[in-house]
Amino acid sequence: MYKQSGKVKLISIILIVLGALGIGYGFITAPSTIDEAKEILAAEHGGHGEDHSATANEDHHTAEINSAGHVKHVEKSEAHGEEVHSESHEDEHLEHVLHQLQTKPWSATFVAGFFFLMIALGVLVFYAIQFVAQVGWSPVLFRVMEGITAYILPGSIIVVLIVLFAGEHFYPWQNHELVAGDKILQGKSGYLNFPFFVIRAIVYLLIWNTYRFFAVKNSRDQDDSVAIKPYRKNFKFSVIFLLFFMITESTMAWDWFMSMTPHWYSTLFAWYIFATMIVSALTVIAITTIILKKLGHLPFVNNSHLHDVAKFMFGFSIFWTYLWFSQFMLIWYANIPEEVTYFTLRMEEYNLLFFGMVVINFVFPILILMNSDFKRIPWFVVIAGCFILVGHYIDVYLLVMPSTVGSHWSFGITEFAAILFFLGLFLLVVGFGLGKAPLKIKNNPFLKESENYHY
Amino acid sequence: MSAKVIQAIYNDDDLVLQAVKQIREENYYVSEVFSPFPIHGLDKAMGLAPTRLAITSFLYGLTGLTVAITMMNFMMIQDWPQNIGGKPSFSFFDNMPTFIPIMFELTVFFAAHLMVITFYMRSKIWPFKKAENPDPRTTDDHFCVEIEVANHSEEALVKFIKDTGASEVKLID
Repeated sequence: MYKQSGKVKLISIILIVLGALGIGYGFITAPSTIDEAKEILAAEHGGHGEDHSATANEDHHTAEINSAGHVKHVEKSEAHGEEVHSESHEDEHLEHVLHQLQTKPWSATFVAGFFFLMIALGVLVFYAIQFVAQVGWSPVLFRVMEGITAYILPGSIIVVLIVLFAGEHFYPWQNHELVAGDKILQGKSGYLNFPFFVIRAIVYLLIWNTYRFFAVKNSRDQDDSVAIKPYRKNFKFSVIFLLFFMITESTMAWDWFMSMTPHWYSTLFAWYIFATMIVSALTVIAITTIILKKLGHLPFVNNSHLHDVAKFMFGFSIFWTYLWFSQFMLIWYANIPEEVTYFTLRMEEYNLLFFGMVVINFVFPILILMNSDFKRIPWFVVIAGCFILVGHYIDVYLLVMPSTVGSHWSFGITEFAAILFFLGLFLLVVGFGLGKAPLKIKNNPFLKESENYHY
Repeated sequence: MSAKVIQAIYNDDDLVLQAVKQIREENYYVSEVFSPFPIHGLDKAMGLAPTRLAITSFLYGLTGLTVAITMMNFMMIQDWPQNIGGKPSFSFFDNMPTFIPIMFELTVFFAAHLMVITFYMRSKIWPFKKAENPDPRTTDDHFCVEIEVANHSEEALVKFIKDTGASEVKLID
């Protein structure tokens, strides 16, 4: 039996408290009036002098057409006509900035919250795949996976709450005034309306948590039973779950991420998010396994198991890059204005992050994890894993931030605190989940094969 | 002057693996094993050095990538930078997304084909090559282990090989 050490518990509680304080600070310091927003803007541009503010304004406008809340702005300013344009324009610009600044703490919390939820969710999917594929190498890692998925319950509840309460901060289609003046949004309102949005979010929550509950229950039952019944049940549940997961994952990606820019759409988007999810999940499985083995809790795991997980990390990193590039290149090549805004904004305002992320998520894993011998060395896998996790955090950051706060992004106390908060929660819950049952399963039909696994 | 070898025929792959281990433990030199199919772990038992084919493949892949980049940079950017459908041909990076499919394919093409050719050359396989197996049955259901006699006693060696489970033992000059 694994027991989380008091030290780790203490550290995670400290992280949670610090994180919560930081997030609170973010919400308190968010401006509530236009004047405050003006001050923040002035402080941002302070060092740059007069010359910059003019060009910055120019930049903002090209960028704003893309960002969500601005649809309203364009509509209105067209209606106003030329003579009142300049002064009302300034006001609306500030109002728009205010909106984005107010959204910042929401986005920061959501990015970190989803990042950790996505890890647990990816592990759950990988776990289900292991059952469906009747995999012979991984049963020794089942308890590690079950431990990590313990985070799904608190994680998904928090994320769903954020999504539901963020309202117009994230989802401009929830603004009735805006929808009334926008034909495209009216066309989408059959899907993008608040009641249906809530129902969907709750359905996702139920499906993911129900499967996790029964899968773990059957896995524990199998420990006490020589009959193969619980295993068979898990096989069936996993097949059904994978089916439902693929559907809910797609709609989740549309709901929570794509509808932040409701004029934009991409068919590949849901798969792209899934790729992010599964790479991060495999990385966390690898790192957790390495740590637990180092602490002496997993004597039955050998470096061939590590080699296999690292191969998956490598393969799915390339898969992620493939999807990222397919989405980017198709839109870049065709350059249709309504599609390309998504990338224009990211390339103009987030240039370094946007392309740096591809380097971190593709070039590092491919170079570090290509060699078969390196995949067996724990600290090599951990290094590759750290790059992958940082890279995919940036990936989620870039899904959310440009769509919600536009050009007013930064990585400050709030963003950092949100990571700390969810990291602390993750450590605490996962440690608790790992301690709930012995780390070695019993009576699984593939256990013997898995123990003797050698690549 | 040809060295004397002993050819031992076995009927079972487990037996071969076992025999090779025993023979090497007695410090006899196994010069070759003929088998109709790959036997897992035989290379380790024989003490063969791991293959470096994967490393050559990586280098060939880099070569392919370089060829692709140089080629397209010359043709599309340097030599005749036309405006084709509004694609930016001002610099290589401006137009890079269009080149990536070709860069990828050429990398794979070079890595795969050159590695296969390397494999052919290193294992000396080509059309009209004369087959080298000592006994036609080794392509069907028999296994043959060749041991160099060198300066060991022939009788003792033959007896030892028989004990390892060989069904036939032949001495070849």
